[in-house]
Amino acid sequence: MEIKSCVKIRKEWDIVSARQMGREMAKELGFGTVDQARIATAISELARNIYLYAEDGQIDYEVITEVNRRGIKITAHDNGPGIEDLGRVMEDGYSTSGGLGAGLPGVKRLMNHFDLQSEPGKGTTVTAIKWVR
Amino acid sequence: MPEVLRRIVLEHSDEVAAKWLKEIAEKRKGDYTSSISTELYESTNREFVNNIFASIDHPDEIAKLDAFAERIINLGWPLSYITDGLQSFRRVTIDFILTESSSVETVEFSKILTVVDDWVEPIIKQLVNQYSGNWEHTVSLQRLALQELSAPLIPVMENITIMPLIGTIDTERAKQIMENLLEGVMKHNSEVVLMDITGVPVVDTMVAHHIIQAAEAVRLIGATCILVGIRPEIAQTIVNLGIDLSNFPTKSSLRKGFQSALEITNREIVNLDNSTNDMTDILDSLK
Repeated sequence: MEIKSCVKIRKEWDIVSARQMGREMAKELGFGTVDQARIATAISELARNIYLYAEDGQIDYEVITEVNRRGIKITAHDNGPGIEDLGRVMEDGYSTSGGLGAGLPGVKRLMNHFDLQSEPGKGTTVTAIKWVR
Repeated sequence: MPEVLRRIVLEHSDEVAAKWLKEIAEKRKGDYTSSISTELYESTNREFVNNIFASIDHPDEIAKLDAFAERIINLGWPLSYITDGLQSFRRVTIDFILTESSSVETVEFSKILTVVDDWVEPIIKQLVNQYSGNWEHTVSLQRLALQELSAPLIPVMENITIMPLIGTIDTERAKQIMENLLEGVMKHNSEVVLMDITGVPVVDTMVAHHIIQAAEAVRLIGATCILVGIRPEIAQTIVNLGIDLSNFPTKSSLRKGFQSALEITNREIVNLDNSTNDMTDILDSLK
């Protein structure tokens, strides 16, 4: 069973609808309140990155089912400027916008699986999965 | 509008209207408007078509159309009622004129199209404008209402102030929080400010960053900012994100925060029960 949906990120308020959608889905999947907060926060970070750096992109939600576990897969992709140094953005405290620099490494810690693909000038795709415990 | 076409349209206005009403009624099946009572729907349609015909002779008389649009908006009918209605009206009218007129030459045909367009387009434009104006008005009112709610500052007692935050914090609001906070600290001469985030659904790095900046600014003007209302799940996400909040005090609830605020300002809450007990003791001993 695969349920797929998406939210486009163009304005700051789209971030709110993106994470509300994620929270709804997480609730339906049976995540606890702490994990719901983690997922919503992770989506918030990813959506904000799209809004801040790429200006236009979208977040996809997918329910994934394996033999003995279920989870939510969040994919954030954009056609923005891309990331120059993939190693550095995963360092805590590195930010090009004067923020805290905890966004991407934070998402990695909030979720179970994390994957970052980016090419300068072509865009960025972040995939993150959280399994229901 | 050329006299010939005008005559055709006006003389047969009943037929055109009847055709249009039929088409609209056909469209309505399984539509958004199906919950509206048939009576109301039909009378509105008739009013609509009368307004359209009236605009042939008085294209500048917009008051009637405005009133009609206002009524539709108040009824809560969708904009597509008006746009769909006028599109099919255009189609019906062109069809009718073509069947009535004898010559169907290309030049004539395109002339008819232009004439009908010139007639219907301004009506569409006017009604759509009125609709969007109405929406913009609603949105701006709501924005204003939201702004009023966004960063209230409550002086609870001398030197202690509380700022309860409820709902999502975006960049605009973060700015207001900072401004109101600093202004309020100066105005109320506060020593301690309690920032309550019980009602903030998600604390991500941006929100945390703004909170940290606001607390730092409060510290610079000589007051203490205590962050209260950190729910357990928010505490865990903050730790996961790796946000360092060790530089300023935090408490789980407003109550605990208020207690430490009292400690900072060298005060405490005294239970009056004890003193009344003492009084009764004294009175008892006097007996």
